[in-house]
Amino acid sequence: MRLLPKHPKRRKRLALIALMITGIGSAVALATIALKQNINLFYGPTQILAGDAPKNHAFRIGGLVKKGSVKRNKDNLDIYFEVTDTVNKVPVIYTGILPDLFREGQGVVAQGKLRADGVFIADTVLAKHDENYMPPEAAQAISDAKKLQSTMTGN
Amino acid sequence: MWSFFHRLASPKHFYLFANRIIPWLGWSTLITFIIGTYLGLFVAPTDYQQGESYRIIYIHVPAAWMSMFVYMIMAIAGGIGLIWKMKMADIIASSAAPLGAAFTILALITGSLWGKPMWGTWWIWDARLTSELILLFLYLGFIALQSAIEDRRTAANACAILALVGVVNIPIIHYSVEWWNTLHQGPTVTRFGKSAMATSMLIPLLTMFLAFKLYFGTTLLMRARVEILERERDTTWMKKMIMGSDK
Repeated sequence: MRLLPKHPKRRKRLALIALMITGIGSAVALATIALKQNINLFYGPTQILAGDAPKNHAFRIGGLVKKGSVKRNKDNLDIYFEVTDTVNKVPVIYTGILPDLFREGQGVVAQGKLRADGVFIADTVLAKHDENYMPPEAAQAISDAKKLQSTMTGN
Repeated sequence: MWSFFHRLASPKHFYLFANRIIPWLGWSTLITFIIGTYLGLFVAPTDYQQGESYRIIYIHVPAAWMSMFVYMIMAIAGGIGLIWKMKMADIIASSAAPLGAAFTILALITGSLWGKPMWGTWWIWDARLTSELILLFLYLGFIALQSAIEDRRTAANACAILALVGVVNIPIIHYSVEWWNTLHQGPTVTRFGKSAMATSMLIPLLTMFLAFKLYFGTTLLMRARVEILERERDTTWMKKMIMGSDK
């Protein structure tokens, strides 16, 4: 097998193409590393608490809806929940209709502003679903197995 | 083996080879599509989170995979064309471009239709969606550049360079969901390691993927055949062939 061209002219062209791709590849890599925070869609609760998030304009927060934190107002569409990255959490207030996939323990991305008291006032809430696909029975079996495991280990 | 490929580099042999293989590819595309659609719509179970609406995955994911696969085919053909100055390489690259653009559009549209009910939005400028949109622009740029330059060889070289430059976007699309945080979820099916999808759902997906591949193979050969007819219309073999078939 001879994959590399023999002819010197063709070799030169191959080398030029390889050089071009590496060059552009590194340029793009450097640019994307420099713009990392701009490319990221949202800030996590830990970043927000550390003060990394923009103070005076809108940004997105992302994380999981903390289990047991969702409180709905009976009279209107106000909803309160907490977004967590399992270490830190940020309280969120939103008024409106939530996507179907919004539920406790699920991923969520909300856009809005951070109030001075640390509460995030969201004007849009999007659901982020995970990469797992399975029939309901399988999901049930997994959660049953987890429960069994936790009762056996005494947690 | 190598002599087979060497012969395919000649438009005449490629044309005859395409003529022979297109019916086979076409019928297997149709059969795989029917099987895949049936499996996806009727055999695959509902999803524990998304219910029935996840079934759009059987179009969305194969289309998205193909959009990247076709780009690589186009770029590699472009590179071969630049290095070896091979006519067939340019024919393949220019026949692949509109197909790749179509797969990209399909992936974007089905993704949008899926995003609205699940995420709550048609579109978001996250890294995955944006890089896929850039891929569409690369395809459109390739097509536009080719039709803008009159001289075939100049057009082929310019387009090949554009295709090769755009290759950097492919790993960006693929790893966007891992390198940055995005609304789009992480990869479900990975080449190594267990896929995050139940087998009963994965088999229809892989069947549909095969169907998309076969469809691409069929249409690529058909388009290449037309390109050859047009570009080689003044050659002796073509005249002989056309005269021969008239008798």
